[in-house]
Amino acid sequence: MIHRHDVIIIGAGLAGSRAAVEIGKVADVAVLSKVYPSRSHSGAAQGGVAASLGNISVTDRWEFHMFDTVKGSDYLGDQDAIELMVREAPETVIEMEHWGCPFSRTEEGKIAQRKFGGHTLEFGREAALRACYSADFTGHVLLHTLHEQCLKHNVNFYSEFQVLSLIFRDGRAIGVVAWDMVHGGLHTFYGRAVMFGTGGYGRAFKITSNAHANTGDGLALVSRIGLPIQDMEFVQFHPTGLYKSGILVTEGARGEGGHLKNSEGRRFMEDYAPTLMELAPRDMVARAMQQEIDEGRGIDGEDKIHLDVSHLGEQRLMERLPQITELAMNFAGVDPRVEPIPIQPTAHYSMGGIPANENTRVTMDANRTEAVGLYAAGECSCISVHGANRLGTNSLLEALLFGRRAGKQIVEDVHDLEFPNLPPDYEDAARGEIEFIRNNRGGEKVGTLRGELQDSMMIDCGVFRTKEQLQKQKEKVAELADRFRHIQIDDNGDQFNTDLLEAIELGHLLDFSGAIVEGALLREESRGGHYRKDFPKRDDDKFLRHTLAWKRNGDWELTFEKEVVLKGVSHPGFEPKERKY
Amino acid sequence: MADTSQRSFRIFRFNPETDDKPYYQTYEIEVESWWTVLDALNEIKWFVDGTLSYRRSCRHGICGSCAMMINGLNDLACEKQIKLIRRNPITIDPLPGFEIHKDLAVDMDPFYKALKRVKPWLINNDPPPSRERIQSPEQFHLIGDGIACILCAACTSSCPSYWSDEEYLGPAALLKAYRYSFDSRDQGLGDRIDALDNRHGLWRCHKITNCFHACPKNLNPTEAISRLQRRVIEEKT
Repeated sequence: MIHRHDVIIIGAGLAGSRAAVEIGKVADVAVLSKVYPSRSHSGAAQGGVAASLGNISVTDRWEFHMFDTVKGSDYLGDQDAIELMVREAPETVIEMEHWGCPFSRTEEGKIAQRKFGGHTLEFGREAALRACYSADFTGHVLLHTLHEQCLKHNVNFYSEFQVLSLIFRDGRAIGVVAWDMVHGGLHTFYGRAVMFGTGGYGRAFKITSNAHANTGDGLALVSRIGLPIQDMEFVQFHPTGLYKSGILVTEGARGEGGHLKNSEGRRFMEDYAPTLMELAPRDMVARAMQQEIDEGRGIDGEDKIHLDVSHLGEQRLMERLPQITELAMNFAGVDPRVEPIPIQPTAHYSMGGIPANENTRVTMDANRTEAVGLYAAGECSCISVHGANRLGTNSLLEALLFGRRAGKQIVEDVHDLEFPNLPPDYEDAARGEIEFIRNNRGGEKVGTLRGELQDSMMIDCGVFRTKEQLQKQKEKVAELADRFRHIQIDDNGDQFNTDLLEAIELGHLLDFSGAIVEGALLREESRGGHYRKDFPKRDDDKFLRHTLAWKRNGDWELTFEKEVVLKGVSHPGFEPKERKY
Repeated sequence: MADTSQRSFRIFRFNPETDDKPYYQTYEIEVESWWTVLDALNEIKWFVDGTLSYRRSCRHGICGSCAMMINGLNDLACEKQIKLIRRNPITIDPLPGFEIHKDLAVDMDPFYKALKRVKPWLINNDPPPSRERIQSPEQFHLIGDGIACILCAACTSSCPSYWSDEEYLGPAALLKAYRYSFDSRDQGLGDRIDALDNRHGLWRCHKITNCFHACPKNLNPTEAISRLQRRVIEEKT
């Protein structure tokens, strides 16, 4: 079946939905989502959304937020895009409030704000209260508010459609082909503009805070048609994943005063970041924890650390952190009011993604040449405002704000973009993929291959990396990709076939995991979320550059030619310095 | 060493493409002590029988995908710890009150359509101020239940009034109507009243409170409905 709309958006999280609200007012927009929109993973974000409203830290300014974001990125973030983000943050959050988003409030009735790691006043002098929050389900209320705005503006949703391929010819996006999960069958969607808001790639790792759905689909689609993906080696390991499941315990738990303790019961962060302690940026805290574990100071000698919030008292926990209290009880079997929560680093955020500029137009090379009619925003994109490491609460901001920018840009562009013609072979790649998976009888199981990928990525491409590990992992990914050619699924039906879905997703994971490993191998330095034990220093001479990775004839080709933007739009920019807290 | 035990899962199966009628299939698997029902379903799907279909995504109780009936009660599979379930086998059915797509995945369209009927968005025709609208912490708490709802449909699916009247809005949509109508920033009760004030709306609720017992987030739609009923009567008098 063929569907024609002015604009096709893939993904209904904050970025996709925010763009859809903007576009839905003036043009015909369709949003495809692999889950019902309100089930998107943006809803799992807990702690807050950053904006220098100054409701509590009254001296807060966008320049401070910009400095923190640049420094947090370990200077790999593009400062022009960062400046736009921090300047437009207050109006973006206020707009959500006007649309009815429920925020926790100060006594005067303003939006409440709390501390979050790496956010400071006056360029690092003291912690800033900058994170606007709604208890500890900020992402949930933002997502629901936006989805309800989409309902108000009669956005066309295609829920439970899994994208398979991007139709792209001569530098121009035409549409996508997707599989109808409920009834089966291929559907082609084409239009003047295509936008990706498909989320992150945390599911490449065993211990992850990400939803099952976060299989980086947009990245695989883009790289399969010959476009590059950027900075894939930068994966944020969040310090406080629940032990074994990886489910996230919000950084807000530390923002509210929670302590990290090793097997000696000591707050070991005093050895690593004596000023900010537990509120040092996530990459540093995760490495500190991993080092404690590696040196035998994990709890019970195992790979876990304690997060203690019991001293905060029951009232404050129930008021400020109700969800994590429930999570700890349901998933770790501990009562955080009286006992510490066992935690370990968990793959949380994907800094890498589809390269795009500050107007969310996808770019195709180191010179930032724009593709026509193709846009990306949110976690699937690499604009790049997070560089090598994202600060907490900047992700909801990025998704909302660049979703909004994408919407406005597309509204501006859409009438200049002609309706493209579908090429004759528009469906071939998608049809070939579905037929291959359904008819293949090689005996390899999705669960087995995915498990081996996730285990090995965690061990050999995780918090700490070495050349030997990465070379081994490169071979492992190649072996798994080879075994995927012998995939066999049990379910050959059309109706709600999640066996087929998981095989498609595994194909995506295997595709871009090679780029993560290859980037980590060739980037012989340590920066932000990427830490090489054999190259523990940052190397600005060689690597103050973005990684671009192209898939060509089955192999990844990487360049480090794309320059980092070191100046803001109006701000002179912040010179790279050693990143200490 | 992993702490494991052997458990049986008796699962509702139905594929409308191939089956004349539904049946139960029992799977015996080894479960780890920290697993939830969703972990067990994943183990079965990934390593025993790939044809089993169900929805899941976030696996920590916020996306609302995996609501199903576990031993006769609606719950989220991802939040239900196996070690706390004493009965064996553990019986798993799809949410009642909806058509079956396949196995544990039901057709949720009627549920989402009911939601849209209550105009679930802020209605306020005053020009917005340059900054946020002021709302006190108490006013924020008043809508706390409504904003915490994850739309899993455990409540609506457990409601006998919904089973007998498919036009009934159901507790989830009414809780959403409450959340907006009791928001200090909203002026939209008048716009919602047509959808609420009829026999498929607020007055279909017979205070059976199944919704309250089914809610995995411990929210209380029954109470929200009562408050909304009073507000509608006040509005009309």
